[in-house]
Amino acid sequence: MTTASVSSPSHHAGDEPGLARRVLGWLRGDPRAALSLLVLVLILGTALLAPWVAPYDPAHQDLEHMLEGPSAAHWLGTDDLGRDVLSRLIHGGANSLYAALLAVSVALLIGIPLGLIAGFVGGWTDVAISRLIDTFLSFPAIILAVAVTGAMGIGLTNAMFSVGLVFAPQIARLIRARTLVVRQELYVDAARCFGASPLRLLGRHVLPNAIQPVIVQSTLLLAVALLAEASLSFLGLGVQPPDVSWGAMIARGYLYMSLVPEQMYAPGLIIMVTAVAFNALGESMRTALDPTARGHG
Amino acid sequence: MNARLTPRPSTQAAGVRADRVRVHFPTRAGTVKAVDDVSFDIRPGETFGLIGESGSGKTTLGRALAGLQPLTDGRLFYDGREPSSLNRAERRRQRRDHQIIFQDPHAALNPRMTIAQSVMEPLDILGDGDRASRRRVADEALERVGLAPQIGRRYPHELSGGQKQRVNIARTLTLRPRFIVCDEVVAALDVSIRGAILNLFADLQDEFGITYAFITHDISVVSHVSDRVGVLYLGRLMEQGPAGAVCEQPLHPYTQALLSAEPLPLPSDRRDHQRRIRLQGEIPSPLNPPSGCPFRTRCPRAEARCAEQVPAWREVAPDHRVACHFAGPA
Repeated sequence: MTTASVSSPSHHAGDEPGLARRVLGWLRGDPRAALSLLVLVLILGTALLAPWVAPYDPAHQDLEHMLEGPSAAHWLGTDDLGRDVLSRLIHGGANSLYAALLAVSVALLIGIPLGLIAGFVGGWTDVAISRLIDTFLSFPAIILAVAVTGAMGIGLTNAMFSVGLVFAPQIARLIRARTLVVRQELYVDAARCFGASPLRLLGRHVLPNAIQPVIVQSTLLLAVALLAEASLSFLGLGVQPPDVSWGAMIARGYLYMSLVPEQMYAPGLIIMVTAVAFNALGESMRTALDPTARGHG
Repeated sequence: MNARLTPRPSTQAAGVRADRVRVHFPTRAGTVKAVDDVSFDIRPGETFGLIGESGSGKTTLGRALAGLQPLTDGRLFYDGREPSSLNRAERRRQRRDHQIIFQDPHAALNPRMTIAQSVMEPLDILGDGDRASRRRVADEALERVGLAPQIGRRYPHELSGGQKQRVNIARTLTLRPRFIVCDEVVAALDVSIRGAILNLFADLQDEFGITYAFITHDISVVSHVSDRVGVLYLGRLMEQGPAGAVCEQPLHPYTQALLSAEPLPLPSDRRDHQRRIRLQGEIPSPLNPPSGCPFRTRCPRAEARCAEQVPAWREVAPDHRVACHFAGPA
């Protein structure tokens, strides 16, 4: 696509630069987006390359050096079983990011269609879906996730799937509210008058104009999902030892908080950095996807 | 079929007939009779003006004519045929024949689609031709309405109101429709460009033989562009006839009031003071319309029987109909 538009500079209506060039142009014009993307790529890359990058085996116990502070041998110190904190942080990243992305993906896959259908079809369909959403929202999120995980079986995937289920109503409610507004727009009527099918109306007109708040919300949810993973792992429903995740590290460090509060700093900090990066990227994406907010030229 | 922006060989402008059309909206406070028992016919190739205040039901009627608003009762015929009597393929073909252009040119364009994407959309939906030929038709349509095809790369918010309305017209033109509902198409535009847009509509009518239903609150616009007009009040037709007759010799007090509210290019001593009528108050709520003649609460000539009897829809002069007890040869 890029090459086509470069090699044939035609003056037809609708020629747009290729996707790759548009993304590059966007990142060049938006340092915040570029920085947050860089941070996320670094974190993700390190997590994926963990076996080669990490200085120690994350499960290797050294009971002579427990709960130590940073040193030349252990840059971030050791935990209560003498395991290297940096190595655990690097290895835990994969699990934590997988957990957060899984939960948010599940939430989007369930929430977006539900919200779209409720808002667009209206009537009894809307009433039924909305009551379902209200019912789910009235439960405390973590309690619900615990219950669902209990029913589905313990484990990180199940735990995060249930967190996704808990998030889905939030997404559905957002999409439904926007859909109710967008479906009244004249351009939807116009497309209807051209004979557009309901599927086309939804995909081409309603969804692109209703999705904005969801993009931001899902970056927020990514951060919340990281913390939910921590809570569920803390309760023993998520990551099972000897596997490790950032949440599990915080949970473990919590046990020794009165002795060595520093144990929680590293995983806490990395969760915060990741969450902030997700958020910043989401906010930048929201602006970039909105033609009316985009600068000219 | 190859998509081209030329009149179709068999093109004939469409005739539209409304037969006792009603559109009612149930609300919690009661039923709103937005359009109530309205009948008229629009002849092939003509411009039929529909005049009404806000709240008169003119926009609802326009949406019904464009097929966007289901009727509560009554029937609509296009070329003598009801959409419900057609099979799927025929209905699809008829769908493209009658289109609508909206008052707000900005709201009618998807803000996330480029102009080119918007203009090509009707053809994308129909699946007419390949992408290159659709693009060619879109370019042609943009040029026909006086825009450079390069504008296709832009987004709606980067265009002026007049340009956006031209884009809307171009988009509709790609379908080569035979009947277009023009719903207050110039009301949202600057006065300085209204004339240009109205002329564009007239040119397109000559070129493509399009039939228009021209909806407006502005009686000076309607008398200028229409062949025949209908005057709506509270969802009912008050008067209907040739534009010249309705504007020169209005039979209904409401039409007379509308006309006398227009500024006249005449010295005040030359004006016909006896016919000057001022409307008092607001249009009544369509939730609770007056009994009998809906206009009686604001009518200078109202009598007791206006509250009791709904005036008959009478043809007082050739093709000139009115719903008033006092109109016409007594």
